[in-house]
Amino acid sequence: MSDRTAIKVEGISKSYGAVKALDDINLEISEGEIYGLIGPDGAGKTSLFRVLTTLTLADSGTASVNGRDVVADYQDIRRTIGYMPGHFALYQDLSVEENLNFYATVFGTTVEANYDTIKDIYSQIEMFKTRKARALSGGMKQKLALCCALVHKPEVLFLDEPTTGVDAVSRKEFWVMLKRIKESGVTILVSTPYMDEASMCDRIALILNGRIIDRGTPQEIISRYPDRLYAVRGGNMFRILKILRPLDGVLRCSSFGSECHVAMAQDGPDSSFLLDTLKDSGVEDSSVELVNPGIEDCFIRLS
Amino acid sequence: MEEKSVVIRNLVKKFGNFTAVDNISFEVSKGEIFGFLGANGAGKTTAMRILCGLSRPTSGEGTVAGFRIKDQQESIKRHIGYMSQKFSLYPDLKVWENIELFGGIYGLNDRQIAAKTDSMLKALSMENARDMYIRDMPLGWKQKLAFSIAMVHDPEIVFLDEPTGGVDPVTRRNFWEMIYEAAGRDVTVFVTTHYMDEAEYCDRVSVMVDGRIEALGSPAELKETYGAKDMDGVFTKIAGRAERGE
Repeated sequence: MSDRTAIKVEGISKSYGAVKALDDINLEISEGEIYGLIGPDGAGKTSLFRVLTTLTLADSGTASVNGRDVVADYQDIRRTIGYMPGHFALYQDLSVEENLNFYATVFGTTVEANYDTIKDIYSQIEMFKTRKARALSGGMKQKLALCCALVHKPEVLFLDEPTTGVDAVSRKEFWVMLKRIKESGVTILVSTPYMDEASMCDRIALILNGRIIDRGTPQEIISRYPDRLYAVRGGNMFRILKILRPLDGVLRCSSFGSECHVAMAQDGPDSSFLLDTLKDSGVEDSSVELVNPGIEDCFIRLS
Repeated sequence: MEEKSVVIRNLVKKFGNFTAVDNISFEVSKGEIFGFLGANGAGKTTAMRILCGLSRPTSGEGTVAGFRIKDQQESIKRHIGYMSQKFSLYPDLKVWENIELFGGIYGLNDRQIAAKTDSMLKALSMENARDMYIRDMPLGWKQKLAFSIAMVHDPEIVFLDEPTGGVDPVTRRNFWEMIYEAAGRDVTVFVTTHYMDEAEYCDRVSVMVDGRIEALGSPAELKETYGAKDMDGVFTKIAGRAERGE
């Protein structure tokens, strides 16, 4: 990561009718980092991508990619970025090889000239190079789409929800590929609805309802979590939620897999209060442990 | 004997010489929350389509809601509920119009639909939203309504296909509390998800790999068997062994 700014967003707003998709967004992304835009469907992630990739105009505000303005210099931006939209933009009737050649030609280059850039990923699908894109598995389509977005050696790579609907194992593999792309010096802006992917990014912004609700390194965001967080285990999760949620002193109470995360004020009652209450309600086998919050805890607190 | 909502024996589905579902057998009890997991391409969608009466098995036997998967598909469709994140309600119709539409599709008469509309909106505390367009509703409301509408005909089992994909953390958890309440009313819930924390909320979970059910048990049992601290660890150990693509 360098100190030079790769993407700068200043006061960008965009509405669709009465819906404010982007509400005064400000961001600064450094050259060579993986920056994650993390939030649910409808938060504004795709709208921001479309503004930055010069596919739509903002209502107000300015933005630039590697110093080029998204309005005045849109042609230069298009030549120097790679963009992988949420729905893979592959030609179903073309083979793997033909798709890749097509994208290389559009950018006035060849697959051979930039083979080093895509080699790591392309080598995983190269054995299927004569297969039509429509006959590829989801995982292979994802890899091909990534190759197509990289084939012209872009300075900045925009990946809009590359892991949505992808199973937990394939998601992990995808992030390994992204790390390698980053090492070759490409700046990556990636969006995801999966909170657990935050830790794979250098810095992140949490986005909800068109607004950025927090930003920083994942560790910075976690360190700002103001409350004490307890993980409660034992017995039936939903029963525990029902018992603990209405208690005075309990700020939030959310299910987290086999645990229930209970947020309490720093000066509030401690874990023995939770244990005693559960015992009084007939939950005998519970345990309570002070834990560190994750990004999902932070998101829940801010939403 | 415990009542079963799903009984599947040696189910096989082939497309040409590709075996999408390779001899799977399992049962789901009434009122159980059953998590149906697997990597992309493991055969989940194919199996689920057969269970929902949308596709015929190549071989194998079984019943869903008491009807045979081989030759009673129409009865299955009428007696199950279905909801996915991608397809649920019509955004350009009002709340009451959506209830009327789905009620009608499931064969409820006008009187039943009127009664159902009232009771549903009351249970959801949405009496004031009767004339609201779905497109104007917050996501959390939409999800709750879609879930209730999937059960407008009081099915004994409801199939939820990735109901929480892309949903924010708070809405996602609220939705699971609804699932849990439905199961408490003895509705059987058959659910797929890519969120491994949600797998923990199921009574039992199956994990499909390459067309077969590789593991089946309660989350606690599976974690113990595979020596994993959570379901993500279980899933990674099992699905990481897959050999075929999607």
